Amino acid sequence: MSTDSLLHTPLYSLHEEAGGKMVPFAGYAMPLQYAEGIMAEHRHVREHAGLFDVSHMGQVKLIARSGGVEDSALALERLVPADIVSLKNGRQRYTQFTNAQGGILDDLMVARLDDTLVLVVNAACKAQDIALLQNELAADCLVEPLEERALLALQGPEAELALATLAPEVADMAFMDVRELDVDGASCVISRSGYTGEDGFEISVPAMDASRVARKLLEHPAVKLIGLGARDSLRLEAGLCLYGSDIDETTTPVEAALEWSIQKTRRRGGKREGGFPGAEVILQELETGVTRRRVGLRPEGRAPVRHNAPLCADATLQEGLGRVTSGAFGPTVEGPVAMGYVALSHAAPQTPVFAELRGRAVAATVVALPFVPARFKR
Amino acid sequence: MTLYFTKEHEWLRLDGETAFVGITKHAAEELGELVFVESREAGTEVTAGESVAVVESVKAASDIYAPVDGVVLEGNPALADDPARVSSDPEGEGWILKFRLTNPEQLSGLMDAAAYTAFLG
Repeated sequence: MSTDSLLHTPLYSLHEEAGGKMVPFAGYAMPLQYAEGIMAEHRHVREHAGLFDVSHMGQVKLIARSGGVEDSALALERLVPADIVSLKNGRQRYTQFTNAQGGILDDLMVARLDDTLVLVVNAACKAQDIALLQNELAADCLVEPLEERALLALQGPEAELALATLAPEVADMAFMDVRELDVDGASCVISRSGYTGEDGFEISVPAMDASRVARKLLEHPAVKLIGLGARDSLRLEAGLCLYGSDIDETTTPVEAALEWSIQKTRRRGGKREGGFPGAEVILQELETGVTRRRVGLRPEGRAPVRHNAPLCADATLQEGLGRVTSGAFGPTVEGPVAMGYVALSHAAPQTPVFAELRGRAVAATVVALPFVPARFKR
Repeated sequence: MTLYFTKEHEWLRLDGETAFVGITKHAAEELGELVFVESREAGTEVTAGESVAVVESVKAASDIYAPVDGVVLEGNPALADDPARVSSDPEGEGWILKFRLTNPEQLSGLMDAAAYTAFLG
């Protein structure tokens, strides 16, 4: 497949040099994997530290026209169900942009750094997200896409060790802390977070410094480049949603089992109850429940059950329950793992269900997420 | 024993009336390490181009197509516990299934090693 017309991140040459197998992803040429392959890369992250180029993701700065960060937080709360106002300086939080039906337009991270809010959104949604922010918040905020910044993720139990050689201050950061730090002379914004279930960091770095910083990190013996293939199997084992597969405009945060990301202040009876798109639907669901839920699934045997496979209550595949939204072989679990939506009647852990695979039924068990315990630094 | 190749990157090694079928080294490299291999049931009759097996990597499932008309005799039993054998030795121990040809004249439509190498470019 030709990747000629695709956008390149500042690390493109590094990927090519490292033998990255480049594939189109959200309009960018991105590395699916390097020479060692997805299995080895996945295990390397769980055991050591992996460096991911996630520069295709959108980084956006919000600054209140009034200058007060409370005003930009209040404005952003018009678009997301999380409590942004109480977000402390130097902390970040996960949330979603919702639509009028309570569906999810995108999921994102919001960090507070002094007078600004910094958003990280999905690559495939970023143009639409920026348009949404500009249309809805322009009266109160300056919406500034950070196009000249790359984003690196350093993930795994040895991530701190490796990054601390360039920025010793990261050792003091806890999960979801955010700081502006100098890394090898580059002015970076670092958060202790990620998309693998491991301890780790996301490093926003000026595009002109990105390749140099990445190469410095790769000098550490624990660090290897990791492609999008392993990123997907890692996040699936960690029970984390992929936008467009596990969540989309037709799934609400409550159906998606993301209600932990909606703080009390935004719920019924809260200080700033509702006030985001689809609030009536979502707040009602928080009170009275939903008819389907996102769950973890462990298929029996070794055959992976993939995205879109029908889920049924019975081995004759007559009584439909929902569909698989993500499915793969979990290299750390050493077996197939999946997530999907099932009718509430079958959403409790240990419930037996059946997935359709090549015309026949494969037994699976509903399980609590994640598949691999998270190892965040609390 | 003669080795034949298809444009879908399967190989077929003729051994009397039966044949071993697998994927080429090139295909194995493209697919990455395999985690599951499943052949169609023994006795299944297939025509050339029909799916005879599925190989799964971490990321995706891929069909393996019958190079010629025939009947599935058995899938490689060693792959149940060790599917990665296809990746490590695709044209030997990592064979995928045994196959009885029902229309051997079709072999003339397949490529030999030199033609396949040229096809890969």
